[in-house]
Amino acid sequence: MLKLTPFHERHLAAGGKMVDFAGYDLPVQFHGIIPEHIRVRTTVGVFDVSHMGRIEFRGSDALKFINRMTTNDASKLAVGQAQYSVFCYPDGGIVDDLVAYRLPGCYFLVVNGANNAKDTDWLREHLFGDVKMDNITDEQAQLAIQGPKAEAVMQKICSIPLSPIGFYWAAHCEVAGVKALVSRTGYTGEDGFEAYFPAASALKIWDAIFAAGKEFDIEPIGLGARDTLRMEMKMTLYGNDIDQTTNPIEAGLSWVVALDKPEGFIGSDVLKRVEAEKPARRLVCLEMQDRSIARPHYPIMVQGQPVGTVTSGTLAPSLNKGIALGYVKRQFAKAGTEVQVDIRGRSAAALIVKPPFYKHGSRKPN
Amino acid sequence: MANFPTDLKYTKTHEWIRLEGDVATIGITDFAQGELSDIVYVEITAVGKTIKREEPLGTIEAVKAVSDLYSPVSGQVIEANGSLKDSPANVNKDPYGEGWMAKVKVSDPSELKSLLDSVAYAELARKSAHH
Repeated sequence: MLKLTPFHERHLAAGGKMVDFAGYDLPVQFHGIIPEHIRVRTTVGVFDVSHMGRIEFRGSDALKFINRMTTNDASKLAVGQAQYSVFCYPDGGIVDDLVAYRLPGCYFLVVNGANNAKDTDWLREHLFGDVKMDNITDEQAQLAIQGPKAEAVMQKICSIPLSPIGFYWAAHCEVAGVKALVSRTGYTGEDGFEAYFPAASALKIWDAIFAAGKEFDIEPIGLGARDTLRMEMKMTLYGNDIDQTTNPIEAGLSWVVALDKPEGFIGSDVLKRVEAEKPARRLVCLEMQDRSIARPHYPIMVQGQPVGTVTSGTLAPSLNKGIALGYVKRQFAKAGTEVQVDIRGRSAAALIVKPPFYKHGSRKPN
Repeated sequence: MANFPTDLKYTKTHEWIRLEGDVATIGITDFAQGELSDIVYVEITAVGKTIKREEPLGTIEAVKAVSDLYSPVSGQVIEANGSLKDSPANVNKDPYGEGWMAKVKVSDPSELKSLLDSVAYAELARKSAHH
């Protein structure tokens, strides 16, 4: 039985084409992936991301636990700050990627919906000391409001000024009179917010956001455009670009792997070795040189020899070009390297380029 | 709701065919374009070739997936719709008109008899939509 998010009736009313995603009945698109993608790049769009897993940790050992389980250094988080991070297996393979928040009185992790149960089990197996873990996924709804006009929209209905909230910072406030956590985070490369609030008040907030965004032609955005938006930024997707067979170093996520944490973390011994010896392969950005679209599992070739595999691919709506992510042997990973993608038996030219593909996002890192 | 003109024949793989003389025009149905969405590239690889029914004419690339276009009939592929190179979205906007994909000189017109009519296809599309 598919689970429904609190916004399900709004998706149906807006003409959402519904699919099973992470066990939820969610919209893959409303009126088209390309126009929805452009909407987020030009004004503002709203994603129902209530399927994401939300887990709280309390107790005097909560920080120690989070720091043992995740690769980034959670001890550096100030209250109200967030960080992107990864859970690894002892062999360095990735359990999941996540966002970790330090909030007043607790740590709050947001994980992929499809991995929520697996992650919860993984975390529970490793609990130690004074840590109380609560999976609050079903109690909360979560929306991502993304695009250059996201702040203008949210400011109309938020009880606090949003401009002081920096990238990857969060604050508690009221949204449309409902208590919520609002963070300047997202998965699009645009400026924007994610808001977490009680599922019971979900429709009130949805309706307030759409009323506030009317002047910017705000629209609901489906999973299809979520995927093309993240791909243009080289943001990895668990299950495609990262999984238990890939490690964060080769995936280009070294920036969230704190190998210098004094007490280490699960997987740190292996990842130190990978970092020292350099990974055998790297996740790269591929720009197709003709109208071809590379898809996951297509071989990447150099002079007729396989050198890697595509993990994600699409037409980039902002660039009107085929783009892809894939792993290639390290010696072929340099930007400027010419490769070929085997597109169902036909060889298509591709160029390895520097990330991101789309360079004009409104997101302003601190 | 998707629209299925009564003067066309349809396949279970979501192509439509219109026979004029011995030349058949082929495309994908309104239902199929809605399912694929955002078509970005149509490549008809069989132009000039003689093919049997249900063999591939080419491929259709949409943002989210690629799919094959199959010929509903046997014959010689005489033309591909070149205007789709610049305007692939015509398949989404006008699947039975500007969005046609290939023309085939039909070798055995009786093959059309085994294809679906609009009522039978509409039923198939309805079931496919609620899988």
